[in-house]
Amino acid sequence: MTEYVSTTPGLFPLPDWAKDDLSDLKGHQKHDLVSGDEGEEITAAYEDAREEVIGVQQEAGLDRVVEGQLRWDDMLAHPLAVHDAVETRGIVRYYDNNNFYREPVVNGALEFSGDVASELEAASELTDDLQAVLPGPYSLADLATDEQYGDEAEFLGAIADFLEGEVDAFPAHETLFLLEPSLVENAPEDGVDERASEAIDQVASATDADVVVQPYWGALEEKVYAHLLDADIDAVGFDFVANQEDNLYNIQEYGATDDISLGLADGQNTLVEDPEAIRERVDWVYDQVPVTDFETVYLTTNTETFYLPYAKFEEKLAVLAEAADLAEVKAA
Amino acid sequence: MTTNENKDQFRPEGHENDHFLLTTVVGSYPKPKWLNRAKELYQDPDHGFDDDDYQEAKDDAARLITDEHERAGLDVVVDGEMRRNEMVEFFAHRIDGYEFNGPVKVWGHNYFDKPSVVSEVEYDESWLVDEYEFTAAASDRPVKVPITGPYTLANWSFNEAYGDDEELAYDLADLVNEEIEKLVEAGARYIQIDEPALATTPDDHAIVGECLERIVEDIDEEVRIGLHVCYGDYSRIYPEILEFPVDEFDLELANGDYDQLDVFKDPEFSKDLALGVTDVHVAEVESVEQIEENIKKGLEVVPPEQLVVSPDCGVKLLPREVAYGKMANMVEAARNVEADLDEGNVDVERGAPAPADD
Repeated sequence: MTEYVSTTPGLFPLPDWAKDDLSDLKGHQKHDLVSGDEGEEITAAYEDAREEVIGVQQEAGLDRVVEGQLRWDDMLAHPLAVHDAVETRGIVRYYDNNNFYREPVVNGALEFSGDVASELEAASELTDDLQAVLPGPYSLADLATDEQYGDEAEFLGAIADFLEGEVDAFPAHETLFLLEPSLVENAPEDGVDERASEAIDQVASATDADVVVQPYWGALEEKVYAHLLDADIDAVGFDFVANQEDNLYNIQEYGATDDISLGLADGQNTLVEDPEAIRERVDWVYDQVPVTDFETVYLTTNTETFYLPYAKFEEKLAVLAEAADLAEVKAA
Repeated sequence: MTTNENKDQFRPEGHENDHFLLTTVVGSYPKPKWLNRAKELYQDPDHGFDDDDYQEAKDDAARLITDEHERAGLDVVVDGEMRRNEMVEFFAHRIDGYEFNGPVKVWGHNYFDKPSVVSEVEYDESWLVDEYEFTAAASDRPVKVPITGPYTLANWSFNEAYGDDEELAYDLADLVNEEIEKLVEAGARYIQIDEPALATTPDDHAIVGECLERIVEDIDEEVRIGLHVCYGDYSRIYPEILEFPVDEFDLELANGDYDQLDVFKDPEFSKDLALGVTDVHVAEVESVEQIEENIKKGLEVVPPEQLVVSPDCGVKLLPREVAYGKMANMVEAARNVEADLDEGNVDVERGAPAPADD
């Protein structure tokens, strides 16, 4: 029987009080962004905010609970932006959004950092359903500039080594989400697609937890998808908000992993979906694909949710939890 | 010297040079500190500073900054957008169909109240006629009215009500058209549509073009319509934008040290070029000589009669004295280049760069 798991890809908006407090404590400029060695007051504000967003997920009834990645001022570039071997330069656009992050320039050897692991340690005190979140190696390499390794393949390899080391230090977690929007937005060319898949495989191998690779803002090119299926991962995610046809085509043509992640709620729009409508979309996906059964179906927003006002974000979480319950009941 | 009637309607009486390089600003200007303080008092429920007090403060600030633009010598002035908070929020508050759900992140700890469109957008009260009439009364010089364009208003909102953003943008364009009709009725002759969102999604230039067709419908041709675009890869929208029904393109180029200038040389730039000649992201006032050099960059693209001189973008994030210094030096530089042009002392080759050998 299929298990329906409600979850999110993390990177939440800060609660409004924390937006205010942290603006005051940190400031508004580029050099005020998170450094990885924040002082006591800032750390305390983030701890309170983390506790709050974990509580919100528990109250909503989500099956997986993320840390929230509230400190990730640079969004998916965060793990590099706070790294010692990285210099942050100008503010650059975050994909095609009206959002910006500091360009991380890698100019030293990418040794172990432990920044994300320590966030997860703190979160693991508050939940037994922990889900870790990281940028996938291809996206992280794509968001950064390399001045150390000198070669695209070598840089991707170094990023994969780095992320593997980070995952290895994580506390126990149920699931690991690797977010890979760049696989869609800046699709790897011939040869690079295979290396991207190998890099993902390497990072995934560092954990015993289920690994979900979530591309978004569209569908993967078929070759990229085919290569991704070669990686030893448990689920691929599909952004059915941005694109239905090509995602279905990929599944119909190349099959799927035993588990699947369905991005069915819009992480970038305040329109709150009806849980029943989400459940119906799950049925619709089932009707379209040749697979008779998935072991686990993750129900999630298609993208990160920091784009949303806080109250709407809270509503979205409740919808996902309820949709998973509805699907479970129907399946039973 | 050929003339350009649309531009020359803004030529001051008794202008000192034969050539005329119209000087203006994009729109926003740093708010005086006391205005921000007044806003805090107004928002403080425990304070007696009321609606009328805050209105008076905004009027005073609008007068002050309009006057500051005059002192800097600008040919066409703006009130520095003293009454506006943010370029989408301000308009969304005045359009039926929008609602606000709280702040969202732009970058770091910089947020804005990104509104949601929850039902069909409709024109309610006028957005800018009061602002225009006040500024026009406060100055003897022509006043430009910047309006956030429909494409940006659509793109930088959550769209809950329309099938897609394109449909929403067209409905908003009809509202902008209605507003411009009212502004023209009130005497406005220079309108600037701001479309910074086009830089994020350059492939949508056809949508912006269609929006502009709606915006200018039934608007007298004498009314000068500009389009401001900033911080993007211009090669992805040029030359397509030349088809847009506008008189002027206002472009940010100083920030990139004119590395994109060649984009506009081929094919020939057939509209007026409002060239960004001071960088609004550098808090140092460029010298008059430097700005003269920048102005001459524009002459590589268009002849003097098609050239307008302006900063890259709104200057509201600069310290006020720096903003003023940039305006004043910009005007001085423009007048110097005009005088040089009069005397035939400017030797700039215009047109397509020689093709590289390959």
